[in-house]
Formats: sequence, structure tokens, C-alpha cells
Amino acid sequence: MKTRKLSELAKTIRSKNAGVNLITFDVIFTERSTYERVKEARVLTRETVGKLYRVPPERIVDFVEFDPANAIKFTIHRLRPSGSPGDPDIFGAQQYAPLLDIEVPTG
Amino acid sequence: MRSLRIICPNGHLGFAPIRVESFRLGVAARPDYIAADSGSDDVGPIPLGTDTSTSPLAWQTHDLEHMLLASRQLGVPMIIGSSGDTGADSRVELYVRIVKELAEKHRMPRFKLGYFHSEVGKDELRRRMRAGEAIEGLEGYATLTEEELDATERVVAMAGVHPFIKLLEEGADVIIGGRSSDSCVFAAPAIHHGFSEDLAYYLGKVLECASFCAEPYGGKETVLGEITPDAVFVTAMHPEQRCTVASVAGHAMYERSNPYFEHVAGGTLDMSDCRYEQVAEKTTRISGATFRRAAEFRVKLEGAGKIGERYVGMVGIRDPYTIAHVDEVIGWARDKVRERFGQENEGGYELCYTVYGRDGIMGEQEPLRDRPAHELCILVQGVAPTAAMAEELCMIGTRQMFYARLPDVKGSAGSVAFALDEVLRASPSYRWTINHTVRCDDPLELFPTHMTVAGV
Repeated sequence: MKTRKLSELAKTIRSKNAGVNLITFDVIFTERSTYERVKEARVLTRETVGKLYRVPPERIVDFVEFDPANAIKFTIHRLRPSGSPGDPDIFGAQQYAPLLDIEVPTG
Repeated sequence: MRSLRIICPNGHLGFAPIRVESFRLGVAARPDYIAADSGSDDVGPIPLGTDTSTSPLAWQTHDLEHMLLASRQLGVPMIIGSSGDTGADSRVELYVRIVKELAEKHRMPRFKLGYFHSEVGKDELRRRMRAGEAIEGLEGYATLTEEELDATERVVAMAGVHPFIKLLEEGADVIIGGRSSDSCVFAAPAIHHGFSEDLAYYLGKVLECASFCAEPYGGKETVLGEITPDAVFVTAMHPEQRCTVASVAGHAMYERSNPYFEHVAGGTLDMSDCRYEQVAEKTTRISGATFRRAAEFRVKLEGAGKIGERYVGMVGIRDPYTIAHVDEVIGWARDKVRERFGQENEGGYELCYTVYGRDGIMGEQEPLRDRPAHELCILVQGVAPTAAMAEELCMIGTRQMFYARLPDVKGSAGSVAFALDEVLRASPSYRWTINHTVRCDDPLELFPTHMTVAGV
């Protein structure tokens, strides 16, 4: 089966703090049809994200398919609150990279 | 009033300067208010702990000057929330002083300057806890204990619309706010003028980050929000930006765990049934938001506590064998620190290694951590009760990596490369000790308001 990378299909893939102890991830598509295709492919779910980030399910506090913005969004608990010693990403802004290479079946 | 229009030139005033061109276009549209939020817990716990701003004074003054000049020129109120990054008392006083100095500098006619404080005394929280009030934790934080309160340096409470509305009722021309929810800076004037809470809080939600609700991406540009009895309209002021259904709906997700709900003091904005419509090239219309008042009035608290003084060191590694055994190199240096200062927990220090080129940014969540790059940079952080101990601890933890003994290493003259053979003093280390909520009987009880006069 043919696949394409999520980075080729999504307009925006980003991560950012949502408060001091959570990081939230947004994957936003321009076209409704692309968004629907990614949803149906089930490559971006609570389970796949947990596996990719090695995060147990209880640390994923929200997982939302947000139709108004053609977006898939999830939020994970930090290992330690933002800015604690050893926290390398105070804003949580560079945690999205592993999502870029997710393979989405296209045909 | 049929409609109220507010411009927002900056999603975090002072953090990076206002872009002046789109601000001028916003001012030319003759808004009824000019407002911006100036704070965030994004900047980490250090500014609140050390009672400083992370934004430079020059940029804070730049933004306040542009807004104040426009506000006085148009004769419309100006509102600032979460002054000076943290909204602590010293930051409110700083902004009040800046506004007064600017008013004198420009010989502005006298105007009413309102402000409110958001800091909460630890004794006040202790009194409530001892009276049986639970200070409940958010996002995985346990209910507040006196031990954690003792470990806290400073606490601010997150105001809702209430102190802003009180100051507007008293006729303030300029309001300098303590820590407050971003959206309430904009919701307050809308509610003050009789618009529904449903749409007022949505107006605040969409305006709070300025041009982050527009496309193409570009921060610090002005946007204009308009509230009517039926809907909210948001328009990008920059010539190249537009507020589209996608950009506005997309912004609803930004920096929040769930795109449908926004919690503020006194209730929750529910965006589940929002309808978005493109009504002009640069304008999107939004309707259908609802605000639900909470049964119990709870206010969010933020507190930062000091862990210790901090030094940092940095090393590089190029030998592939050493890269493959970097954890042993770190282990060697950790051992030497233990020999000098004891175990990390018992010794009262923290020693952290961040291995860039392997998993520096994501740590154990890094899917590629078993595929390190051909060179690594390792950041060493030593945190201890005194600066002298932090310096020595960091120096041992850094320099001993040079002497690490790996069984099969070819290079026997030094295991790491130094760009700097020294350790550098960094800001003290703090942590978020308080991320909690407290019940209040009166929405204003934690936010005393004041009125003064500025200008000549």
C-alpha cells in the first residue's frame, strides 16, 4: 500500500505548553478530505501516539478530533513541570518532531 | 450599544515588540478599547520566583508607549493584564510607574489610572488551609500541603473579569492589571458594556494572542475584534494577513489541552457549538459560544519555589565509541560528584545531564534515542543550596567527563572536548510548586483595586 508522510499532508504540526504541566500537540489540515482520510486511517490515535512517545495511556489527558479546524489534537502530561531542573524544553515547542514521519496510507 | 470594538496589538506585551505598521492601521480603525495581555506561565517559574520580568524594560516601555499614545489620542481606555510577565505586585508597580513617566514625557492631560494586585500572601493561604479549605491541585498536582507552601517563594492568583470591571465602573482610563486570565482583559469591557458573557468570553479568547488567530503565520501584529448582540467578528489589520475560518478555529486549540473549553475564574467558556463564517476577505464571524458559570467560585493560583543556585557546563564528544558509551562517561562524572557531596537526594543537590544529538530535547520520549548523531553536546547543570557548592558540583560533573575511563577507548588523552573549560553561573533554579485553585466567596477578595492619576 502506498503511504505519505504526515508532514506532507498536514499544514501545521506543532507542540506547545498548555499550562505548566501539560504539552499539547496540534495537527491541522487544509483540506477536509485529507483530515478525514487521516482520521479514517487510524494512524493518529491515543494508542499510536502513546506508542510513538513511549507514554502510558494515563499520561495522555486529552485526545480530540476537532472538526471545526480540520485538526487532531492531543495533550500529554509532562515528565516534570516546565522549567524544572533538567527540563530541556520550557515552552514544549519542539516535542512534535516524531509526528512528522508518521506514514499515512493513501491508496 | 450595538457594537464594541477592541484592538489587540500583542499576545504577550513586552516579550517581543509590537509591530507598529499593523498597530497604526488598527488605531486608524478607531476602536473603542486598546488592550493586551502581558504575561504567561510559559516563561517558566524563574521570573515569578525571583520577582523579575523575562521581557526587557525597553520592549515593555516601547509597547506601553505606543498603546498609551494611541489610547490618549483616541480618548479610549487602554487595558493591560498580567503586567510584566508574572503579574506580581512589583510588576504592576513597574507598569504603573512606566505609564506615569510616559504621561509626563508626552505632557498628556490628566487621566485616571486604575490598577489591581494579584499576589496572595502565604500566610493568607495557610490561614485558609488551617480553616479546612482544600487548595486543590490542577493537572496532576496533589492538594496543597503546608510543606509545599513553605517551599514556595511567591504566589499570584489569576483574576477573572471582576477587578477590570470594577475599575471600568470607577471610570479608569488606563488599567494595569496583576495576574489575570488572558481572555478576561477583553471580556471585561464587553461585559461592562452589557454584552452577553457567552460572546464576551469568546471575544477574549479569540483576541488574546493578537495575530496568532490570523494567517499566514506572523506574531505581534494587530487584530481587531468586534462584539455585537449576535456574534463576534475578528479582522486582521496587517495588509498581508487574514482571519479565516481555519485560522480562527485553529487558534481555539492553541496552548490549551482541549479546544472546546476555556476555564476562567467563575466559569467555563464552551466552544463546542461555535459556528465560523468567512464574511469578508480578512474577517471571520463566530457565533454559538456559551459561558457556564461555575457552581463554586474558584481562582487559580501559581506559585514558584526556589530549588537552589545553579551553574552550567558544556562538553562535546566526537569519538563514536565514546558516543556509544556516553552514559558510562556521565556515570563516571556522577560518581566523582557523589564521592565529594554524597548521594543526590541526601546531599541536597541536583545534577542534570542533557545529551544533545541523542535525546536532549525529548529525553526518554525520543523515539530515535538509540541512534545518536556523529557528535554530541552535553549540557551539565548543577543545582545546590549555595553558589559555591553549585559551582564546584558543576565543575566536577563537567570536568570529570574528560577523565572518564572507558575500557576500549583509543583516545587516552581526554574523553570529551571543551569549548569552554569553565562552568558558568546561570539563574537560580526554581520549580512550579503551586498550580492549584482556591475557593473564594467574593470574586474581588484576592484582587484589591486602586485608582491614581497620571498626566499633567
